[in-house]
Amino acid sequence: MKEVLLQDDAIISPLGFSTQENIEAVKAGRSGLLFHNNRRFSLGGFYAGIIDPELLATEFLKIGNPTKYTKLEQMMLLSIYKVLTSNSKIDLSTTGLIISTTKGNIDLLKGGHSFSEDRFTLNSLAKVIQEFFPFKSQPILISNACISGGLALIMAKRFIQAGKFNSAIVVAGDLISDFVISGFQSFQALSKAPCKPFSKNRDGISLGEAAAAVYVSTEIDSKNNISIIGDSTSNDANHISGPSRNGDGLFLSIQNSLKEASISAKNIDHISSHGTATIFNDEMEAIAFNRSGLKNAAVNSYKGLYGHTLGASALLETIITKHSLLNNELYKSHNFDDLGVSVPLKIIQKTEKREMTYALKTASGFGGSNMALVLKKIENV
Amino acid sequence: MSDLRTELKKSIIEQLNLEELSIEEIDNDDSLFGDGLGLDSIDALELIVLLEKDYGIKLTDPYQGKEIFISINKMAEYIETHRTK
Amino acid sequence: MSKDPYFISQYVGIKNTKILKNAKLIFSTQQDSEVLPFLKEVYKKVGLNYPKYHKMDPLCKLGILATSVLLKDSDFSNETALVFSNASSSLNTDLRHQQSIENIVSPAIFVYTLPNIVLGEVSIKFGLQSENAFFIEEDFNPKLIYEYTELLLNSKKAPSVVCGWIELKNAEYDVFLCFISKQGEIPFTTENLKKLYLFENE
Repeated sequence: MKEVLLQDDAIISPLGFSTQENIEAVKAGRSGLLFHNNRRFSLGGFYAGIIDPELLATEFLKIGNPTKYTKLEQMMLLSIYKVLTSNSKIDLSTTGLIISTTKGNIDLLKGGHSFSEDRFTLNSLAKVIQEFFPFKSQPILISNACISGGLALIMAKRFIQAGKFNSAIVVAGDLISDFVISGFQSFQALSKAPCKPFSKNRDGISLGEAAAAVYVSTEIDSKNNISIIGDSTSNDANHISGPSRNGDGLFLSIQNSLKEASISAKNIDHISSHGTATIFNDEMEAIAFNRSGLKNAAVNSYKGLYGHTLGASALLETIITKHSLLNNELYKSHNFDDLGVSVPLKIIQKTEKREMTYALKTASGFGGSNMALVLKKIENV
Repeated sequence: MSDLRTELKKSIIEQLNLEELSIEEIDNDDSLFGDGLGLDSIDALELIVLLEKDYGIKLTDPYQGKEIFISINKMAEYIETHRTK
Repeated sequence: MSKDPYFISQYVGIKNTKILKNAKLIFSTQQDSEVLPFLKEVYKKVGLNYPKYHKMDPLCKLGILATSVLLKDSDFSNETALVFSNASSSLNTDLRHQQSIENIVSPAIFVYTLPNIVLGEVSIKFGLQSENAFFIEEDFNPKLIYEYTELLLNSKKAPSVVCGWIELKNAEYDVFLCFISKQGEIPFTTENLKKLYLFENE
């Protein structure tokens, strides 16, 4: 089976407009979650990771006219552009394009904007992205709730191994919109303070927005040598919004991905978890990790730094995990205090150096969806 | 007093789309969750919306619902003392 | 790697007040072409007996309806994967949620503002703890659906797959789902997917 490698990447987030800036912020424990005024909230506002639209437009001006593109398009286009400029070998006539988002430009649905009426559709978003560069092949577009970005990466790997294309750009992005805020508010799922994954006094999620892109191919590169060696998605078949109490779907995803990777749970050095900081999600994950024999792996969640970036989260967090493996650094799980799940977990409490080979990335989302992928650092390249 | 209970049953059936259930089939002491009506976590959130819409009661702590949404009787008792409309 | 032959074992189409299974009409109504009355009437006629159906949004109702007809007498297992696609995502419910944003938002509506919720509902109904994917395409794209389904089967990530198209826009619905397994007579190919979909649309 062909080895599929994570190559160049880019992250556009409140913590910076490049992977490097983002990794520096993660290392320094600098969170993008700030208080934003919003009349929907009895406290006068909420904590979220929101990208400053003016800073974004200024950055976007280097590659295009920001008035012609929505905020999300600017974020996603910039992330791809940065990947393309960092690798001159990428051939747009043969490289596949896989796009993922939950709600895309849904903020345009209410009208009152200068874009065309159907610009809110996911197909329009895909078209804008394809035509900007332009990519020759038809983009593949997926929308699978909060595992979208991870599933897009899994698809890139599977399509490459099946011979559909030899390389692909995978991009994921989502915005914080009134649409999404009002919904999560009705779910009483939003935290009053910046979210605290796996902590005793956690009380819900913080929302975030981001775009991330990565180039995936079979070429062995001397500086990037992280391979996707196992992947799986599984449905809980339990409830459309509540996580499974026994972590069934996530457990199955982890089992399947370890099996494909031909390694056992004890080989996993590090888990980059979903860790949304809702009571039920974190508990479910802790149970699934324990059932999988992973209670000794070093676990973190990046939600305390970024918030929940929805469809972008699993891709963004996989990219950071890739750099964590390459740098041999475990990054602290931000906002963690006392363990607040019913089974033991080794939460990373301090950023530290650690020799690592294997990492597991997991994500779960509405619709009962779960995904797991195993990353391996290839030595001696 | 029983009017409020009938009204509640009616709006619960309507709001939660329990189409195959009739008012007569719900007992005032039936448990709403679990083995009773078998409501789930989304239904619980919808009941919070119902309290706000119909009776002007705002629950800010999602766990408060657990003590109120036990049965039609418990819900009615809570509404009688807390309603603002 | 040797490839096992797979077949389109069963297929179902729902469009324009009609339900067809394996090209045979199994339900039709002259009453109303609107999606909501259709979904209500067909529930009784098909004998679903699944009270949760009434809580779902129309897209999920279509999915439950189609898979219930499709998987009846089918040899599916809890590993049967779901590969669905459409053009409008969850637009029908997105619009309902959007209209409520300035007033009181309903969590029971918001939860359906994602296209893959139908995968969750179908998984719950049939106990499928399997691979899930939801693609967005401008039109039914038999090539993509074939390629992804085929790789799931060939890589042994699923022993059988329910795949196809489930579109709902402006109360117009168009569902075409296939059960792909080792049993059957119609070879599983892009061309056959395309042919059967076009037949449903004649």
